[in-house]
Amino acid sequence: MGLKDKLLSSYIALEDHLEDDSPLHELRSKAIKTFEAKGFPTKKEEAWKYTSLNSLLKTDYSIFPKQENAIEFKDVKKYFLHEIDTYKIVFIDGVYNSFLSETTHDKLDVCLLSSALNKSKYKPIIEAYFNKVAKDDSLTSLNTAFAKEGAYIRIPKNKEVEKPIEILNFSTGNEGAVLLQPRNLIVVEENAHVQIIERHQSLSENAVFTNSVTEIFAEKRAYVDFYKIQNDGPSASLIDNTYISQDRDSNCKVHTFAFGGKLIRNNLNFYQNGEHCDSTLKGITILENKQHVDHNTLVHHIAPNCESHQDYKGIFGDASTGVFNGKIVVEKDAQKTDAFQQNNNILVDDKATINAKPQLEIFADDVKCSHGCTIGQLDEEALFYLRSRGIAKKEARALLMYAFANTVLESVKIPELKGRINKLIAKKIGVNLGFNV
Amino acid sequence: MLEIKDLHAGVADKDILKGINISVKAGEVHAIMGPNGSGKSTLASVITGKEEFEVTKGELLFEGEDISELDPEERAHKGLFLSFQYPVEIPGVSVTNFIKTAINENRKAKGLEDMPASEMLKMIKEKADLLEIDRKFLSRSLNESFSGGEKKRNEIFQMAMLEPKLAILDETDSGLDIDALKIVANGVNKLKSKDNAVIVITHYQRLLDYIVPDYVHVLLNGKIVKSGTKELAYELEERGYDWIKEEVKLA
Repeated sequence: MGLKDKLLSSYIALEDHLEDDSPLHELRSKAIKTFEAKGFPTKKEEAWKYTSLNSLLKTDYSIFPKQENAIEFKDVKKYFLHEIDTYKIVFIDGVYNSFLSETTHDKLDVCLLSSALNKSKYKPIIEAYFNKVAKDDSLTSLNTAFAKEGAYIRIPKNKEVEKPIEILNFSTGNEGAVLLQPRNLIVVEENAHVQIIERHQSLSENAVFTNSVTEIFAEKRAYVDFYKIQNDGPSASLIDNTYISQDRDSNCKVHTFAFGGKLIRNNLNFYQNGEHCDSTLKGITILENKQHVDHNTLVHHIAPNCESHQDYKGIFGDASTGVFNGKIVVEKDAQKTDAFQQNNNILVDDKATINAKPQLEIFADDVKCSHGCTIGQLDEEALFYLRSRGIAKKEARALLMYAFANTVLESVKIPELKGRINKLIAKKIGVNLGFNV
Repeated sequence: MLEIKDLHAGVADKDILKGINISVKAGEVHAIMGPNGSGKSTLASVITGKEEFEVTKGELLFEGEDISELDPEERAHKGLFLSFQYPVEIPGVSVTNFIKTAINENRKAKGLEDMPASEMLKMIKEKADLLEIDRKFLSRSLNESFSGGEKKRNEIFQMAMLEPKLAILDETDSGLDIDALKIVANGVNKLKSKDNAVIVITHYQRLLDYIVPDYVHVLLNGKIVKSGTKELAYELEERGYDWIKEEVKLA
């Protein structure tokens, strides 16, 4: 039985536990039908031309975790931003772990989607927001059909959250290969501010296939700063579907640090629904071996006077492959849009590949849209400059790569996180920095 | 210290340097002058080991050792330094972090431990003061959006930090106003000693008023066609290069 059939029959088992005529049940039934009709995406689809899921679909994944697995904090401490105080929502093999978490209901909600879905007091929120910005492509639909658990975050009006929120998804490998489908819902109300760090981390060599969906609603003047750390093991794959709906005067930034994993696909979608929205999409990708990372971004300028800034840098070593497909749509009404997209790549080895495709669809006539894409090797003149100062070739190359990637970090607002990422970059590149970062 | 004998070098099959002879001893200042395209910058690049140039004939000896096959970093470790005509911009690495890396890489090559942070800071402060460099300047990205003068001052700062035996200053005066020129020249003079040497490459005599050469060489079409003392520089300033070209033709 293929994975698709297994999922379809598993859904029937899941359905037994659902309330018969709840709106949520209706949503799930519709979603599973969509998945059944569309199936897993293939390379025949334009948006999946350079990324094949075939290697992931052959594995026999466990779809519902059978047992509750526990892990010790000391074993996973390094995956937390432990230098500072944070809220934490921790899942182990898809199940919430209260021992490692630090949630709250005091003036804001940092808790679980399962309670939001099941408790009546959250019903208005779920009805207003759940699955309202997510699209009905096959993978998002698959997630919607099975969505049970994930982070539920709601920041009320004018609240500035004083510490970052970490969402951590661990997989133990205790049950062999697992398919995880976390579902996050984040509502940031008017003039509220929040910083969120999300991470998926496999703790074993067993295969993990994560198909995650995150919906973020940034209301009027809200400020959302979201960081994705993708530095997983060689048998972990991730499809990250993130949808951001922005109201007027809101500011949303997503930084994606893709340093590891077998296959990663980031579907990052921004929708600017009100005037004067500001959207920032930044990424650093550093790959080696046969890793594959595909950034598929969409910025949909719907309202006038908005800005978007994209800056993705990639360094590809060994036989790794990268894809950058950045789409900007400017609707007819979105006059005075200022959209900027930049994608710079360095190929370190002959066998590394990058496929880059900027895609601009502009229907308004008074806009400023620019995009730049480079694919190259390291600058020989710069290399000579460094070597002439006594810096050995290997170190000089590493230092140049470090410098190339490092500029993306200027907009990281959490100093401890910036330090962490800086060190990760240095480690990935193999630069022995003669200074503290 | 530096012995160059009948040096031929160039790119692909084309020789740019066509038989250079120079001998630089410790404690000396040499100036190399010449019109555009005469091979001045190529000579600097060949001495410091830029890979795109190939030595096809002759000898390049530093402290008696043939260095023509060494990597640029190995030559730096032996005490060679080039102040670039066009320093490269490297966004993402600060001046301070760059110089720390360079110093410690040089120490590593000599089998020494990293320089202790306090010592490093003290040295940076001392050398920055010598060149009247603002502390804020040191935390900026290397050469990124530096003015011409700032770039050159930064080159001499690196020289001051690395304390080379032989420094080659390639057009260090270009892009400098007179005040910046004085500061840079003053810095170079303070770093001069009987144990080190400087080669100044320049178009103009102006810099040589401040860094006074013991010898002046005229480079023309890949060859040193005339050598003399500092008076030769004045003569070139006054009469240009045409009379030398005529002399060369007649000979």
